[in-house]
Order: sequence, then C-alpha cells, then structure tokens
Amino acid sequence: MKVYVPNDSTALSLGAEDVVSRLREIEPDLEIHRNGSRGLAWLEPLIEVESHNGRIAYGPVTAESLSKAMLQGKSHELLLGDIEQHPYLAKQQRLTFERIGKIDPENLADYQKMGGFDGLRRAIASPPQAIVDQVKASGLRGRGGAAFPTGRKWQTVLETSSDKKYIVCNADEGDSGTFADRLLMECDPFCLIEGMVIAAIAVGANQGYIYLRREYPLALERLQAAIDKSRKAGFLGKHILGSDYCFELEVRLGADAYICGEETSLLESLEGKRGLVRSKPPLPAIEGLFGRPTVVNNVLTLATIPFILARGAEEYANYGTGDSRGTITIQLAGNIVRGGLVELAFGTTLRELLVEFGNGSFSGRELKAVQVGGPLGAYLPASKWDLPLDYEAFTAAGAMLGHGGIVAFDDTVDMAQQAEFSMEFCALESCGKCTPCRIGSVRGAEVLARIRQGQQIEKGLELLEDICETMEKGSLCAMGGLTPFPVRSAINYFPEDFQPVEVK
Amino acid sequence: MADTTNMNSLINSAIENHRELEGPLLPILHKIQADIGFIPTECIKLISNALRMSAADIEGVISFYHHFRRTPPPAHKLEICRAEACQALGARELERHAMKHLKAKYHEISADGSVALEPVYCLGNCACGPNILLDQKLIGRVSPARFDEIIAGLLRN
Repeated sequence: MKVYVPNDSTALSLGAEDVVSRLREIEPDLEIHRNGSRGLAWLEPLIEVESHNGRIAYGPVTAESLSKAMLQGKSHELLLGDIEQHPYLAKQQRLTFERIGKIDPENLADYQKMGGFDGLRRAIASPPQAIVDQVKASGLRGRGGAAFPTGRKWQTVLETSSDKKYIVCNADEGDSGTFADRLLMECDPFCLIEGMVIAAIAVGANQGYIYLRREYPLALERLQAAIDKSRKAGFLGKHILGSDYCFELEVRLGADAYICGEETSLLESLEGKRGLVRSKPPLPAIEGLFGRPTVVNNVLTLATIPFILARGAEEYANYGTGDSRGTITIQLAGNIVRGGLVELAFGTTLRELLVEFGNGSFSGRELKAVQVGGPLGAYLPASKWDLPLDYEAFTAAGAMLGHGGIVAFDDTVDMAQQAEFSMEFCALESCGKCTPCRIGSVRGAEVLARIRQGQQIEKGLELLEDICETMEKGSLCAMGGLTPFPVRSAINYFPEDFQPVEVK
Repeated sequence: MADTTNMNSLINSAIENHRELEGPLLPILHKIQADIGFIPTECIKLISNALRMSAADIEGVISFYHHFRRTPPPAHKLEICRAEACQALGARELERHAMKHLKAKYHEISADGSVALEPVYCLGNCACGPNILLDQKLIGRVSPARFDEIIAGLLRN
C-alpha cells in the first residue's frame, strides 16, 4: 500500500516526520512516498493514500489523529477525498506550480515524466534570439515585485558583448507573507534549474548563481541535491545534452540581510562585500556581477520559463489581463483560515481571494486590513478589496502587488503600531548608503513612537509626512522609497488608530 | 567547542576550500561559523592574508550581516519570527512570553546560559504562524503553551 506524505517546510513544521514514524508503527510494510506540498498550507500535513479510485487525501493529519481507517481509504473526519477536486485547487490555474505536491522533488524521473526539461530541449534547438522572442511574446514580467518585462532584460544581456555573462537567481525571498519561492525550490527544484539553463542559453551566459536566504535551510539541501543530479544527467555543466552549451550553477547563501533582495545589493553580496545598494545606471544587464552583463531574475520568473518554452508563449499569454499576462502566484498568509498558495490568471479581486479562497480570518474576528506585497506594501482596508490583481491597477491605487504576498489582519491590529514597525524594520535593514532611508527611518520610528504615546499628534503626523516624502523621493532604492507606502496607508485608511488612546 | 589548534585548522580549511571561488568571502565566513559556531577574531588576519583584503573590509562585511556572530554561542539558538504575517497571528505575544520565560531579550542568552534568543524576519511559513526556528528546525503555529513544551527539554535547571 502506498501513502504520500509531504516533505516541504510547512508540513515538516507541523509534524510530518512524526506522522511518518507513526505510519511505520501502524503498518510496517507501508510504502511511504515523499512529495512536496500542494500549497494548501492549512491542511498540512496532508497525506494521500493510494486506492483503486486514485489518491484519497486526509488533512491536517497529526501523529495523534492518524488512524488505520485512513490507510484503508475509509471515511474519517479528516477525509478530503480527491484533493485535486478541492475547490481551492480546482479553481486555480497552476502553470508555474503545475508539478508541486504531485512529484517527489528529489526525483529527476518524476520531473521529466511531467514535462520537465522539454523546454530546455526546445531551447537547445532554437537560436538564442528566438528564445528571447518567445519570452517577450509571453508578456512575462519580473515576479520578484518590480514587474520589469523579462524578455527586454534578456535582450539587453544578449546584445551586450562580454567575455563572461551571468545568470543570477534572486532567491532572497525576504518579504513577510511570501513563501512561493520556497515552495518552488523545495517542491520542484529542477524547474528552477531548467529555467536558469534556458536563460543562460538565451543570453550566452555560462555561470549562474542562486542567491538563497540563510533562513531556508531545506531549500538549500534540495537545490544542492537537484544541481548534482542535473549535472550527472547532463542538464548542467559541459556540453548540455550533447550541445555546445556549457553552464555551471552554484547556490550561495545570504546572511540575514533583507536589503540583499534588492538586486544590486544582492550582487554586491555575491561579490563578497557589504550589501550596499548600487546607483543605477549602469543596469545590471549591462554591468552586473563583477561588472559583467547579468540577468537577475526572481525564482518564479525563472521557474515560469520552462512552461513558456515547452508550451509556447501564446499559451502563457492567453492568461491574464491588460499588460499583466499569465498567472500571478498569490500567497495567502497571516490571520486567515485557509492560508496557502493560489496561482491564478491576473484579474481576480482581493475580496475573492480573502473570502472564497481564504474563508475569512483565522481568529474568527472581522478582517480589518490586508498588507499586499510584503513589508513595503500598502495596508488596504475592506473598501479597497475590489481592486483587481493587476500591476497597473495596484500602482494606480498607490499600492503594489510585489511578490504576491497577502497578509491578513483582524480587528485587533493597531495600525499605528504596524506603521511604527514599518519604520523600525527599515531602520534595521537599511543598507545605510543613502541618507533619506538611513536617517529617515530612524526619525520616522521616533515620531511614530511619540504619536502612539499621544504626544503632539497633529504636529507629529505633519513631520512624518515630510519624512515620508523625503524617503520616497530621495532614496536610492525601494527600501527607503517604498517604506512610506505602508506608513501612509495606515494613516490614511485607519486614522482612528492614530488618535489618543482615550478617543479610540 | 574547538580548542585553538583545532580552531585554526578549521579556519584554514574553510579558507583553502573556498578561496578559488568567485567572491569567496561569504562562503568562507559561513563555513567558519558552521564549524566553530561563531567568527573568531583570529580568523580575520588569516582571511586577510589569503584574500588580500584589508582586515577593516572583512570586519565591515561581518558586521553588515545579522547572521554572523562574534562570540561563542550557547547550546541552542532560538529565532522568533517578528515579521508581519506572524504578528497577525500573535507573534508579539509569543515574543513577550519567550522573553519572560527565558529571562532574556533579543540578542541575549537565557538566564541558564543554554539558549540564544534572536529575532528573525520571515521564515517563509507565513500561513502557519507564529513561527520559530530552533537550531535550524522550523516549527509552526507556536502558541505560548506550545512554546513551553518545546523549550522545556532545552533549559538547564
């Protein structure tokens, strides 16, 4: 009998290994397969039992709640049935994440059975310009948050001549509320590798780095194992699949610096320096790592490339709306019942996600605010939840989609405290190179602390707006430039939280 | 904890195994911290000679990254996520509870000397907070009561 138990960080953090030990006790002859998570975080550990009618899922299972009835595919209060019919999954359009939870992340054959490396084979057979044209035609934009057209970036690197070029994957997923990169790397690591090899062929690079945050120890293990296996199987290294293309890939670890998610700071860090942000221009596509032309793309951007090459740009561009083509990967997080990964074509509203997918707050209280796009994203009240998920619509509303994280807060949240935290976080993580960010954040946090004590609120808010304006317009990068967004949104949408305690 | 001779050989092998890499400094520092538990002052001169970098530049890099520590660590490292998604699920209450329980603030060591308490900003398990990382093991949905269970086996009486 076969049972599938996920082995991603979420399932493990909720006792998946204890479930495995208990399974072995109950049924020593059991064939236990490990797969990644399907991204339905609130149901983890979600086990699936093979039966005549396909896989039958149960979740969230703990070592204590595990029973023999489950192993026979029988009825149980944790029975979920065929998980692919679950509305949370059935309503999604999984393109980048089509394999997660279905395959063993460490098994190269599993990956290839589900279309893995088809995109690479096509890339090897195409001239580099044709690959870049495919990426342009797909409409893919950078999924790290800045949403720059990927094909245009690649075109620049392709056209810039140099003795050496680099592909750098930004896997420094530091935004709170985001875990899509982690899921991809833990549950389908070969997909990221394939995307990077295709990028290398397209622009003429032969060295790549994955800059991974230290906080993701399991992703590190999975990536290293997948790189070794890919190299042995001829998908990496010299003469890839017998062609003239050569590409080496290495994982490098960050060391707890949020700013290193900013691409130029990341490059400095890879070079072994303090992660100080560089002025642009020059663009990294022209002078990037060690001064050479460099593609810097987010994990999801690169992991979407194999789909585009294998199925065609048109297939991808068929999804989405306006200039936001394809799918966006939303991560529902924070105070929400059904937190997890939701990959959908652009255009859905926040409300649909929070209600239909998220099913309201985890605490059972009223939802008060959601922060979209990480710690530099705006806090949005219920009146803004009909915004469609689309890069331009969010920008027009003074918000940003960023890397797609949505953090829900119930009505116990104190928005003045959140605003203060935004400034504190900026002060802590600022690289220190430019004054507006380095000093503005410290002063901003001080002013907010005084406001929260009820001291000179009017004057404080005026000063705070002054600081915000300086940070927004004068900072070198998005850290200082966007910190005013959560701060201002908290003040504008939740003014009652900035009144003296007696009035609250 | 390694003695001095052993420590020097660990430092030298970390340097030798990584010096040929492009941008070798971070991999060297990571390896030293993984093997020794912290970045001892003794290693600065050795790295400086090997990489032809000034000691000041190396110190500057070490101090930039929150991960690197300069003093020997206690037996355990407990990191509590302070980021927004965990805040929304009670991380602030959890950190107050942990500080009271361990009699330590962030960047301090528990009163019994066994646990280093550190803040961390996002562990990527944001749908199942509050989260902690205990000696590299991620644990989700940590209520104060669950925290007490987890920590019970670690503290010395």
